[in-house]
Amino acid sequence: MNSRTLPLIGFVLLVILLIVGLKISDQKTLIPSPLINKPAPAFDLPILGNPEQRLTKESFLGKPYLVNFWASWCVTCRVEHPVVTELARSKKIIVVGMNFRDEVADATDWLEQFGDPYDIILRDGDGRTSIDFGVYAAPETFLIDPNGIIVFKQTGALTPEIIETEILPRVAAMEAGN
Amino acid sequence: MKLKALLLLLLTFSVFAQEPLVFENQQQQDRFDQLTKELRCLVCQNQNLADSDAPLAHDLRQEVFEMLQTGQSNDQIKQFLVQRYGDFVLYRPPVQTNTYLLWLAPLLLFIGGALVVIASIRKRASLLASDETTNENPDN
Repeated sequence: MNSRTLPLIGFVLLVILLIVGLKISDQKTLIPSPLINKPAPAFDLPILGNPEQRLTKESFLGKPYLVNFWASWCVTCRVEHPVVTELARSKKIIVVGMNFRDEVADATDWLEQFGDPYDIILRDGDGRTSIDFGVYAAPETFLIDPNGIIVFKQTGALTPEIIETEILPRVAAMEAGN
Repeated sequence: MKLKALLLLLLTFSVFAQEPLVFENQQQQDRFDQLTKELRCLVCQNQNLADSDAPLAHDLRQEVFEMLQTGQSNDQIKQFLVQRYGDFVLYRPPVQTNTYLLWLAPLLLFIGGALVVIASIRKRASLLASDETTNENPDN
């Protein structure tokens, strides 16, 4: 190796680094959740539209379910809405809406306008539960198994592909295990 | 007079821009300032909690403040956030198996650079030396 090939090799390595950086640029803002394969955080929240009734994490034990964090101020939630609606209608899994950092009136208007896809909606008004789930964007969706363990998390909108490849196979595996 | 009123107005805005956190003492405020500088805002990921204006940063500052009030240590507060958001929330990554390379990289680069420099100095010295020997040779 002489003094001419060395800078060339360095340059090629730099180009490769830049190409890799550009390829993964859209994934770099995604933060891997430390909660995967850990018990879902405890919560005790009122039902939207029925504040006297509260549900906890224990209320959901025994069946797999999705927790979908959404809010009326969240634009991507509108994009995701038809996908969530279709999944909930298919009855393949319980879809729990988690309305966070939102006003009741705004949330209700939003549901009236776009339709309510959820099996049940809990209200996390001050966002405490969303912090416990490590939510930093909206929407975020967690798949929780019958034992209350988080097995998958989607940051950003759900897509039919993600449901087909990531969520439904896991749900099928859980049901086969029961 | 107008200027004074304007200044006063600006002052009020700057006061309202921050949530009104009342600290028990200067030491607690210093800890709060230090912690929020070292913790990353998850929404605008190149800002720390102290600088970010995102609603999540606001809530997390409040969380840090309340944990300080209840007498939790800096490590406990950081642990609270790491459990939820992962190591990414820390601007200063912990030294552990998956970050050894990160922490050692500057040292490795330094050693690598030093080796290159030493090698090139030796090469030059030997070239010079051979030049001198050829010059000293009266037959040439």
